[in-house]
Amino acid sequence: MQKLIRIEPAKCVGCKTCELSCSFKNVGEFAPSRTRIYNEIFLDEAKFITVTCMQCDEPWCEKSCPKNAISKNMATGVVTVEEVKCVGCRTCVSACPFGMIKYVDSTGKADKCNLCGGDTPECVAFCPTQCLTLDEEDKPLRQKMLRFVNTIKDGQMEV
Amino acid sequence: MNKGWKGQLLRVDLTAGTCKIEALNEEWAKAYVGGRGLASKYLCEEISPDVDPMSPKNKLIMATGPLTGTYGAANGRYMVVTKSPLTGTIASSNSGGYFPSELKYAGFDMIIFEGKSKHPVYLQIRDGKAELVGAVHLWGKSTNETEDAILSEFHGDAKIACIGSAGEIGVHYACIVNDKHRAAGRSGVGMVMGSKNLKAVAVRGTGGVQVANPKAYRDAALEAYGMLKENPVTGQGLGALGTPVLVNVMNQSGGLPTRNAQTGTFEGAEEISGETLASTYLKRNKSCMGCIISCGRVTKIVDNKYAGDGEGPEYETLWAIGAACGISDLAAITKANYICNEAGMDTITFGATIGCAMELFEKGLVSEKEIGMSLNFGDSDAMVKLAEMTAKGEGFGKKIGLGSYRLAESYGAPELSMSVKKLEFPAYDARAVQGMGLEYATSNRGACHVRGYLISPEILGLPEKLDPQETEGKAGWLKIFQDFTAVVDSSGVCLFTTFGIGVPQFTKFCNAATGTDMSEEDLLVAGDRIYNMERMFNLKAGIDPSQDKLPKRMLEEPLPDGPHQGQVSKLPKMLPDYYKVRGWGKDGIPTEAKLQSLGLS
Repeated sequence: MQKLIRIEPAKCVGCKTCELSCSFKNVGEFAPSRTRIYNEIFLDEAKFITVTCMQCDEPWCEKSCPKNAISKNMATGVVTVEEVKCVGCRTCVSACPFGMIKYVDSTGKADKCNLCGGDTPECVAFCPTQCLTLDEEDKPLRQKMLRFVNTIKDGQMEV
Repeated sequence: MNKGWKGQLLRVDLTAGTCKIEALNEEWAKAYVGGRGLASKYLCEEISPDVDPMSPKNKLIMATGPLTGTYGAANGRYMVVTKSPLTGTIASSNSGGYFPSELKYAGFDMIIFEGKSKHPVYLQIRDGKAELVGAVHLWGKSTNETEDAILSEFHGDAKIACIGSAGEIGVHYACIVNDKHRAAGRSGVGMVMGSKNLKAVAVRGTGGVQVANPKAYRDAALEAYGMLKENPVTGQGLGALGTPVLVNVMNQSGGLPTRNAQTGTFEGAEEISGETLASTYLKRNKSCMGCIISCGRVTKIVDNKYAGDGEGPEYETLWAIGAACGISDLAAITKANYICNEAGMDTITFGATIGCAMELFEKGLVSEKEIGMSLNFGDSDAMVKLAEMTAKGEGFGKKIGLGSYRLAESYGAPELSMSVKKLEFPAYDARAVQGMGLEYATSNRGACHVRGYLISPEILGLPEKLDPQETEGKAGWLKIFQDFTAVVDSSGVCLFTTFGIGVPQFTKFCNAATGTDMSEEDLLVAGDRIYNMERMFNLKAGIDPSQDKLPKRMLEEPLPDGPHQGQVSKLPKMLPDYYKVRGWGKDGIPTEAKLQSLGLS
């Protein structure tokens, strides 16, 4: 199975450390505008939602790239932009239904999460609440399912 | 300019309606660290200390530090520095949230507001460009409404700091609220903002902050994160219960000033404790930018006449609106806290002023007719009503808006104001915690807990446990705490991190960010420099050392109950020590030699 950044939204406290650590590692400065992981803050509802590229099995960005600059590594599953091939046409930006690949003005290239190229992703290393984990197994999904299961268990009467 | 900084400040002339970009003074940035220190340096250079705080000649400075907008601890803070209309001292109020970092991403380390606009305006900043726009349509709006209006008309991702009605109508302890729930709270900085007809500052920035030595910075961050996670206060306590964890702690210590500090224990403490808040109105905790502590309290009240939602109350608020007023109705306290936040009022001074008014009323110094209602200790309905009246400037609310000193003085009883230099002391009784009393007496902005938080050693035992009744050595402890706090406030990091990390970690952060090679000693000297500069401003403003005092009650009325029953503050014993440790004359005035050694003469 593929290792992915697993996200458990209920654990997020809205500190944006993921955005800070991502941009610091990948572009050399603390710049939330350059992050590849997004921590959105909803002040009124006090809800914090984090999203990033899920390294699709059949990536829209890869399929749409006219220069074959985007590829999915079959061993690691990571979808990567090859900068030398990228011409900055933004087709992938239009194609991705999740808004997880973007065009960067300063480089003229497409940019997306590559799980920090095989290391522990920096956002995962710095996330203070373990809202983000790198795992083959989707543990947050199992936790969510178990919460539902437990409501049934609690409601079940002995017969 | 060194990294860590953006290297430029924005100077906004509200009289002329112009915005100019200037290079940040690099030499000052190094000597005064940033934030509180650097902004105070600019203030001291640019205004006369005797200026009327409400005149256009006063300036209002919003300043980040070299670590603001980065990660590592809790790096999302800024300082508002001006001359305080409440105290007449130099004021610096700190806040977190997302606004401070955004200011740096937009290209500015600092904004200096000067003059006064003819009409209400607000400042829009977008990536290095700034302009003043009309704010007549925002005047009168709450802090929440103001932020929502600006988000929809300027930029949906903007970060906003603004005043509410309190700053507009001249409540002496109006604050500046950012990101809806964070406040540069004390000293009336919002009143100065309002006096300039400046309603808000809205910032959108897509730039970044670089550091001089990325590897060293990352290493320092990993070390600090580890220490903060392991520390029981920063790793667990503040996240789970927030600052309200202190209600029970301080009550058991006999140092929770109750009913305008007539006693030090409150029979209703359990009902207003962090534990009770967590099991009733608390929805969740939340962080500021780059913070791993997450002490923010998101709360909501339903099915109650005090229904509402927002953030808080914090510990000081639970004390001020609660214990200080003899009120144990948590819903009423939380509601008044919401009213204060939306009007932009400091909850500490508001609550302490109500407590003072209650004592004036019970002693017969102010009549029911004048207040418009009876006002006994414990009357939560009257308190909430007065919060609304103060926010609107109605009736007796106008008097509450003056703060406790001016209120009590107007009824011939200034000694009933629990304040120093006209700033109300917060939630620790100077008779039960001796070092804290010395802090109240000597803090540069009046009786304040966040200039030298000796509660940490005296009550919490961090970094080591001190006997709260001991006076010996407290002056030395306080000086180090005050100097270090000045550095932390100047760096752009939250003071709460200092429960878990200390001078070595801050030295590493500052050096790695700006490329300097400061020793730990150098950093503390910078703190000493900042402290002495603020002191000199106050002296020149006419706040002489005779003001380094405590309310008569702290010195002459022994605590009637609790573990410290019978104690009074031993300030007269500690103050000469303090002056000596600070290298000041016996008269409390920094000596020429001291000033010279700090480069301040």
